[in-house]
Amino acid sequence: MTATTLGPRLQEVVDDFTGVGEQDRLALLLEFSAGLPPLPARYAEHRDRMEPVPECQSPLFLAVEVAADGTAHLFFDAPPEAPTTRGFASILQAGLDGLPADDILATPGEFSSQLGLTGLVSPLRLRGMAAMLARIKRQIRDQRG
Amino acid sequence: MALPQDPAPRFQDYARPEKLVSTGWLAEHLEDPGLVVAESDEDVLLYDTGHIPGAVKLDWHTELNDPVTRDYVDGAGFARLMSEKGISRDTTLVLYGDRNNWWAAYALWVCTLFGHPDVRLLDGGRAKWGAEGRPLTTDLPQRPRSDYPVVDRDDSQLRAFRDQVRSHLGKPLIDVRSPGEYTGELLHMPDYPQEGAVRGGHIPGARNVPWSRAAAEDATFRPRSELTGIYEGEAGLRPDDDVVVYCRIGERSSHTWFVLHYLLGYPQVRNYDGSWTEWGNSVGVPITQGEKP
Repeated sequence: MTATTLGPRLQEVVDDFTGVGEQDRLALLLEFSAGLPPLPARYAEHRDRMEPVPECQSPLFLAVEVAADGTAHLFFDAPPEAPTTRGFASILQAGLDGLPADDILATPGEFSSQLGLTGLVSPLRLRGMAAMLARIKRQIRDQRG
Repeated sequence: MALPQDPAPRFQDYARPEKLVSTGWLAEHLEDPGLVVAESDEDVLLYDTGHIPGAVKLDWHTELNDPVTRDYVDGAGFARLMSEKGISRDTTLVLYGDRNNWWAAYALWVCTLFGHPDVRLLDGGRAKWGAEGRPLTTDLPQRPRSDYPVVDRDDSQLRAFRDQVRSHLGKPLIDVRSPGEYTGELLHMPDYPQEGAVRGGHIPGARNVPWSRAAAEDATFRPRSELTGIYEGEAGLRPDDDVVVYCRIGERSSHTWFVLHYLLGYPQVRNYDGSWTEWGNSVGVPITQGEKP
């Protein structure tokens, strides 16, 4: 199956970004950045249980847990001095956390290009978000064997 | 009118002490007319989380580059950008940023291609300002628009292009990337994205002096005596050498260009901004792999 559709929550995030002017888009990304939930203790105290994403310009760590009911939970960690990376993580968190794993797998890999950020943030910086999504999908596949 | 230079004793050994200001000097002069502070970061949002009061944002990626051609903006584009930021030709421009001033040094190098008369770096950058507990604000500065003149970019003295580097082979080259990138074992910085070079290695004859050797723990530049030891003692450069520096896209090598040109005073230092992303992909150019130059 070719992944072509965005889930409703991620679509809502995309609509939020494309519904405002360029400067407000950066402000919105900053709001997402500030809103990234802190790590639960099982990761905060065990960063080695998370996967580094070197494609992001600044260090980012992520973890994925597929629950028995088939939903997947996402955890991200990036330092405050990397607000863009935090913002990208927070978008994925808001759009995908807790969804059925199949829905996450169906998310198009290049959806970040729909946020209207390419010219504001640069394609190079946006690559990090695609890399996070690719690693999330791989972890889901690995965990489901 | 240009502001006075920072008389800090630790700058006076450098060849061009007027190219640096200390955090203390900047704090004292923040309100001076004739000064504009600009933050240039790797992270495009970092400025928006809090910046030095009054500082404007100058983004290397989205503002200093031409959106279509792989090149910097032209004279008209630079004039438009500076005017929007409220920077005049006679402004004393102080640049600072994250990551030991990589991007600030890059922006300074670009401003120097346009011959901006007085552009300086904040020694220690954003990290030192923050570590000293100095104020940061999210308030955006309200600077009146200026009328910056259109000045042609002069690429002839400080910038090297690929074919110039080809004819430079045999003369001193400094590769400022990490040792793994230099030998060809890695195609990108450790923990950084692969930025699309198809081959790993270095330009034949280049010596490897990672840019970070020039930076102290607090992100300031090392004293001149230590810099001389690194670049002349270890890497064998001489002050009258014609030197080309490069990295991956030209940002880390701007930091080293600043060191060689302004702190050690070498008259002929060019930054090859095409760097490894161009050289490592170019058809028909030689590369060297392994630890030997």
